[in-house]
Amino acid sequence: MRTLKFLLQKEFRQIFRNKNILRMMFMTPIIQLIILPQAANYTIRNINIAVVDLDRSTYSQKFVNKVLSSGYFKLAAFSQSYDKAYQLIESDKADIIIEIPQGFESKLNTEQSQTVSLSVDAINGVKAAVGSGYLTNIIQDFNGQIRLDWMQPSKMSPMPTIDVESSNWYNPNLSYYLFMVPGILVLLVTLIGGNMTSQNIVIEKEKGTIEQINVTPVKKYLFILGKLIPFWVLGVIVFTLGLVIAWAVYGIIPLGSIALLYLFVSVYLIAIMGFGLLISTYSETPMQANSLTFFFMQIFNMMGGLYTPIDSMPGWAKVITEVIPISYFIQVMRMIVIKGSHFHDILPHILIVLLMGIVLNTWAVLNYRKTT
Amino acid sequence: MSAAITLDHITKTYNKGATMAVDDISFAVEKGELFGLIGPDGAGKTTIFRLLTTLLLPDKGTGTVVGNDIVKDYHKIRGIVGYMPGRFSLYQDLTVEENLKFFATVFGTTIEENYDQIKDIYGMLEPFKNRRAGKLSGGMKQKLALCCALIHKPEVLFLDEPTTGVDVVSRKEFWEMLKRLKAQGITIMVSTSYMDEATLCDRIALMIEGKILSMDTPANVIKAYPEKLYAIKSSNMHGLLKDVRANEDILTCYAAGEYIHLSLKHEGKESEAQLLNFLQERGDTDLIFKETIPTVEDCFIRLLGNKDGNKEGNRN
Repeated sequence: MRTLKFLLQKEFRQIFRNKNILRMMFMTPIIQLIILPQAANYTIRNINIAVVDLDRSTYSQKFVNKVLSSGYFKLAAFSQSYDKAYQLIESDKADIIIEIPQGFESKLNTEQSQTVSLSVDAINGVKAAVGSGYLTNIIQDFNGQIRLDWMQPSKMSPMPTIDVESSNWYNPNLSYYLFMVPGILVLLVTLIGGNMTSQNIVIEKEKGTIEQINVTPVKKYLFILGKLIPFWVLGVIVFTLGLVIAWAVYGIIPLGSIALLYLFVSVYLIAIMGFGLLISTYSETPMQANSLTFFFMQIFNMMGGLYTPIDSMPGWAKVITEVIPISYFIQVMRMIVIKGSHFHDILPHILIVLLMGIVLNTWAVLNYRKTT
Repeated sequence: MSAAITLDHITKTYNKGATMAVDDISFAVEKGELFGLIGPDGAGKTTIFRLLTTLLLPDKGTGTVVGNDIVKDYHKIRGIVGYMPGRFSLYQDLTVEENLKFFATVFGTTIEENYDQIKDIYGMLEPFKNRRAGKLSGGMKQKLALCCALIHKPEVLFLDEPTTGVDVVSRKEFWEMLKRLKAQGITIMVSTSYMDEATLCDRIALMIEGKILSMDTPANVIKAYPEKLYAIKSSNMHGLLKDVRANEDILTCYAAGEYIHLSLKHEGKESEAQLLNFLQERGDTDLIFKETIPTVEDCFIRLLGNKDGNKEGNRN
């Protein structure tokens, strides 16, 4: 125990002397949590549209006004012809062309139907899908209005219709921040726990100091504990800092128990630090450790369920998400923060992550023995 | 139990047997001896250190340090040996004092308790005790590393190339320190690739390619040099070396500092005169020719030559 105390003392002394670690610990969460959720927003705005109005009637005017007043679209230009509008798409000034054919109004009157053409630049798939979705909605709405205007109330036979009204539970305003901020905090804790642990040990390897330690009577498990405990503490501090930022900047207050959040973070850090330890046993230089970590972090980022829902992934991808610890943390974060889940709801998650922690750490310690 | 270190048919290979590092080596180091492993880079010196400090396991053979088996009793060995690796491997971001304190505590002792052991060396470092270890000069780093290896009063000290990359004055100082430590009864095993340091050891082992070629006191190693060794120099050394090599009576010849060292197949005044005549005929001027006492380096080169010769012979 006395040895562990001195190992910890040494470790903390080195950490607090390393300005880069401190900077990364405090600046990264602040910058990432404040900037990322505001910049990387799902709500798509400022879609540029080019309008080709060949009809120039009251109705076509009404229609265009309705589109522009929705707030999602910006008028790039009124074009004389489709070809001219197409040039705008080619020069990237417009994303969508709306073409209103000649005789829009008169045909609506006579034939009771009309077509409007939408051409969407689909290079950015999300923007295209969302933009055309908005437009379709607007057109339907416009359609409904026309019917109301034209149909004689007396002639109108009562038509049975089903109106779907949905209400959003847990996140009634569909706040993007409420969804994203806890997720980004998970990434941060993962980065601190996983990357810093592996870096720290590999640096000792590279400098040869680990060899000097190995010839002392210090037991391996004490040495490893001396490495893990400081970063466990740092991880919890960063997590706390993140919660404070989420509350101060976005007004997010976890609906569920904060103690439960900390319980999960504690277990999660053990697993992710085991992962960092494992990487360090397989690398000789910080460069190698970094490359390995980068590779896995990309997978964690993309497959952890932060940006895209796991449920919509193909079956084989779901299997991968089941073995990466970060997906459980993101789920639990959202469950506790947004939904206010209780201990028994997240117990399976805790147990699985605990199991991962045991497996990763055992693997790492065994591999560490073998190489020295 | 007078032997502090024993090695019994130790073999160690790397890369699953592809690289032979230590090839069936056996020797013993007496208690209180200053023992030198002399050899070029890649001779297997560091591997022997790493085996004896329990950082590596031997493929074959057994070894002991103060009676403890290097495989079974590794934990005991770690408590009684001090090891200074060839590369500076203390914490560069900790100060001199913090490093020393740290290594004292991991051995379960304190600086105060063993201060007399290190006071000579630490005295020189004390003015810099609040400086980060990474900011010390090369010689100071070596002194600090030695202090850290000594802080727990080890019975055996392993020093792997402690003077490589250190200036001449610091090297001398360092060997003075080793002598004082030896006087305290500490067994010291030191490796070096500087031949002039070899004579400062009690006994030396000349190593190459994982084998020990010769092991004795430096004086005996020199005495064992079988031929007469001559030194020759002229105004045109490059030409001289070529000419000497052209003579049929030459056994060995190589440049050694400002002279060329050579030995002859037939010794005696006659051969010497013949060689001088031969060289003068070839136009070498200002010749200085004399008999010289071999150094450890000469012995080493000779052993090296023999080994290569044998190899050649085996192949044919």
